[in-house]
Amino acid sequence: MSEILAQIFQIGFFTALIRIATPLIFGTLGELFAERSGVLNLGIEGIMMLAAMTGFSTTYFTGNLWLGVLTAIATGMIAGLLMGLLTVSLGLSQHVSGIGTTLLCSGLSFFFYRLIFKQSSSIPKIVAFKTVPLPLLSKIPVIGPIFFNQFALVYIAIAIVPISAYILYHTPWGLNLRTVGENPLAADSAGVNVHRVRYQALLISGALMGLAGAFLSMAQFNAYTFGVISGRGWVCIALIVFGQWSPWKSAAGAILFAFIDALQLRLQASSLINLPYQIFLMMPFVLTIIGMAIVSRNARAPAALLQPFRKEER
Amino acid sequence: MSPPVPLLEMRGIRKHFGTVKANDNIDLRLYPGDILGLLGENGAGKTTLMNVLFGVYHPDGGKIFIDGKQVHIGNSSDALALGVGMVHQHFHVVPRHTVLENLMVGQKGNFGRLPKAAIRKRMDDIGQRYDLSLDPDVRVEDLTIGQQQRLEIIKALIFGARILILDEPTATLTPHETDGLFAALRAMAAKQMGVIFITHKLNEIRAITNRVVIMRLGKVITSLKNDARTSRKRLAELMCGQPIHPPERPVKTVSDASPVRLSLKNICTTGRARTHLKDINLDVYGGEIVGIAGVSGNGQKELADVIAGVLKPSSGQIYINKQLLKQISPGIVQALGVGRIPEDRTGTGLITTLPLSDSMVLPRISEKKFNRSGFLKQGAIRQFVTRLIEQYGIKADGPDIRTGTLSGGNLQKALLARELAWDPQVLLAAQPTRGLDVSAAQFVHQKFMDLRQRDRALVIISENLEELFEISDRIAVMYEGRIMDILPVEEATVSRIGLLMAGVREDAA
Repeated sequence: MSEILAQIFQIGFFTALIRIATPLIFGTLGELFAERSGVLNLGIEGIMMLAAMTGFSTTYFTGNLWLGVLTAIATGMIAGLLMGLLTVSLGLSQHVSGIGTTLLCSGLSFFFYRLIFKQSSSIPKIVAFKTVPLPLLSKIPVIGPIFFNQFALVYIAIAIVPISAYILYHTPWGLNLRTVGENPLAADSAGVNVHRVRYQALLISGALMGLAGAFLSMAQFNAYTFGVISGRGWVCIALIVFGQWSPWKSAAGAILFAFIDALQLRLQASSLINLPYQIFLMMPFVLTIIGMAIVSRNARAPAALLQPFRKEER
Repeated sequence: MSPPVPLLEMRGIRKHFGTVKANDNIDLRLYPGDILGLLGENGAGKTTLMNVLFGVYHPDGGKIFIDGKQVHIGNSSDALALGVGMVHQHFHVVPRHTVLENLMVGQKGNFGRLPKAAIRKRMDDIGQRYDLSLDPDVRVEDLTIGQQQRLEIIKALIFGARILILDEPTATLTPHETDGLFAALRAMAAKQMGVIFITHKLNEIRAITNRVVIMRLGKVITSLKNDARTSRKRLAELMCGQPIHPPERPVKTVSDASPVRLSLKNICTTGRARTHLKDINLDVYGGEIVGIAGVSGNGQKELADVIAGVLKPSSGQIYINKQLLKQISPGIVQALGVGRIPEDRTGTGLITTLPLSDSMVLPRISEKKFNRSGFLKQGAIRQFVTRLIEQYGIKADGPDIRTGTLSGGNLQKALLARELAWDPQVLLAAQPTRGLDVSAAQFVHQKFMDLRQRDRALVIISENLEELFEISDRIAVMYEGRIMDILPVEEATVSRIGLLMAGVREDAA
């Protein structure tokens, strides 16, 4: 048994774990900003898919990785505006708008990918992000290679967790955002423009989802495939509930999910346990459901989540 | 000496919703140091006018002047910047945030640090000046209703309000809390602020205001000084536009010979509800009305649910007409003759999306009168409901109209008609006249009196003490799930009831 453990828990395992967690952290925090303002952004899966495609294509033609990342962010923000138009300005059902946005964005990404790259015999590839060892820090034993010999986007993801927590809990804008998500009337009567705050939240939300997509097609992989997101967006929605709408707890949830995912990959690869590989693939999702059932029974969503805000109504 | 410049002047304000003229050419003036009462029935346009002033609604016409200068109020932040603050009837607070967090919303700056120290200091100032203090670090959901209202007032003052609008501020306060509120308002007026006090309670107009503006159907009827000549009766008649005749309560003595219609013995409840009933003992005799007073959330809802058979007590017994209930369900209780008029007229009472006829027969749908082996007798149902509509003067275009199109008063009449049609032995009604205008409320009270004359037992839960004093024979006061005491109405005074509502028993005090 200890042999198996030793074989699995090598430094490479934890390095992989952090990489698996990165897009989930981006996506989860993106979703978090939207939900704390009272908007459920179910466009997440499609937005990540479209941003993965636009970011990849930009880099493919320009050779510039950061230009690709910026394109992905811009793509996410435009999709965020679309969500805002539907759920904030028009006050439509957030479920339907979100699923519609996901279907639209994923459809667009497949369509334009075909249009741009035709049906080539070999999959188009880019030179993806390389790891950037941070000076000194990466030399620390164990911790160094795990945390400080990573892609630049990983560092950004790690930094965004405390930044988000700070913004939400220690700035006036963050307090306004949380108030809008709890009781938009209270925010409105204190002079806060509810619609503007929700649009801002959706822009941030889209930008972070764009980063998640960019990471997948430009760092984790070096190509865009139709299965590049494969449900990671939906997992982020669950992680928020698991993390009880807190940035720290949600990020911890992302790491826990990544841990199980990395573990099942190792178990699949090792010949130690002889089970069909689909069982392993299922593990993180089954455990997510179990974890949610245990942790989130007492979770309280933002009180105004799913509620459109309309003025002059009686 | 030239006349003083009004703090606020509204001229010719007009606002309509669809075809309804909510505000029709309204003029209003507020001077420094004024406490202005804005009196009118529901739908008179008081709240609409104040929402125009606070920037929630945009008027179709008219001008607003502050300190003699014309201003444009496009939204709430304009209003706040001009020194207009509003305490809404339903508080605009975030229960899950702390008091301090609630006070920091909408303050300047976006990504700087939160101005915690500055707001704490402002809270201290306001606490000293107006005797309005609160613990800044408590979560709002742990505050009483009165404290939440205080939070709203402090919030307005922190934004620099010089004109404070209060929309029906005493509706959910205990008498003691009301006294505290009035003291604070007087302190503000003494500092040359202007207060606008929206209400339809006449005794409050008399107690706190120095001038009254009376509105009816979107128009200002009159504006008068509050002095010895402004009697309650005169105010009421101006407000309603017709003479008022309060229902007569014929003197009746309930003796031990009168039958006990409803008896609760040692009732306790447990479960998810916030308040649990603790050892409730209550006998209600035929021919009497027992009023249940108490601050909202002290077990009145649970008591109503127990009597209606919705909530099963964890221990204790219920007798209806001396018959012990062995099993409890809404159907069983109803079959034994308990009628219920719930607080939430369109939630637990009637179903807004169904035709009125369906709404009105639903609880009795399994009666033979309405169905034959599982099929509805549409003709009988329509006939039954049409008759009730006529009898009770319900303003509705026939039985097929969608329930939700009825006004609050007509919804209540429909509920009353539905329950009384089966001649209940015991009638339970919660907040029976909340939101009703004076004539509709009178109608409801008259029906209660008729039942009382016919030796039925009534349990009336109300947060409106005036109402309870008017119709009850005895008043029971609830506090934290217990009945503190039951007083005959002759012995009850507002101050005695008020103390009990706050959980203070006289012999202990």
